[in-house]
Amino acid sequence: MAQLNDYLDGELPAGLCAELEHHLAACPDCRVVLDTLGQTLRILHHLDEAPPPLPPDLEARILASLRAG
Amino acid sequence: MPGPIIDLSIYDDEAALLAGLRRHDPDACTCLVKRFAPLVYARALRLTADADEAEGVVQSTFIKVCAALPNFDGASSLGTWIYRIATNEALMLLRRRKPQIALEDVAESLQPDEVPQQLHAWSPDPQRVALDGELRAQIEQAIAALPEPLRVVVLLRDVDELSTEETAAQLGISPGAVKVRLHRARLRLREALAGYLASRTEGAHDPHEPSSQPGTLPRARGPVE
Repeated sequence: MAQLNDYLDGELPAGLCAELEHHLAACPDCRVVLDTLGQTLRILHHLDEAPPPLPPDLEARILASLRAG
Repeated sequence: MPGPIIDLSIYDDEAALLAGLRRHDPDACTCLVKRFAPLVYARALRLTADADEAEGVVQSTFIKVCAALPNFDGASSLGTWIYRIATNEALMLLRRRKPQIALEDVAESLQPDEVPQQLHAWSPDPQRVALDGELRAQIEQAIAALPEPLRVVVLLRDVDELSTEETAAQLGISPGAVKVRLHRARLRLREALAGYLASRTEGAHDPHEPSSQPGTLPRARGPVE
């Protein structure tokens, strides 16, 4: 499993890359794991694009504490 | 109840915002908070997994930001700088909660590799990157459910996109420990999402028949046959 992660990060040495790709060609389960792992990463990479709104009143509390300080 | 309506668009430009802050213009301060607090809060909440502590982090972050403004040299954008301060505040809080023990690193390397259980394909969905509300809730929940050492690493590496070395330096752990924790975190998040996403693609044409025996994947121990 660590190999799939290193492969996705571009950190797998070339020789092992070739071995892994050879294995992936023959193993549908590993292909699914690699693909879904990659999709998980894409979801994580986009997580900060639209942050959820602040809880109500938090903005007011922050401003109040800054003005008090 | 919203306060008086003020035109903050004069501070859309970062240079103008900085100038306003240095003049101690209260509108500039309001703009700073409106613009950056949501991201800082989201960050703090993800790292601490506790709404009250996250609020504390947001407060201390903005206090530090305002105090450090005279020293802000513009080497990075204001947002990046604030984000970095927020991350440090959250990590300091986590360190105060429970001291890191080097033994953890050893214990982790002795645990068996996690084997993926969910082997259904997900339909490739170009809309997925836009993160609809439900998917966002699923991933945030999955992240919050991770043990703290794993959660912190995956947030720094995969959400902040810091390098292994930068993450190791920030957390005071070895690059090897970063990799082990990152891999475990990613696998767990994948499993958590798979349960949700696989059920959403049920009925979609999927030529791949999942293996009937989960857990038959080879362990990574060198060149595969």
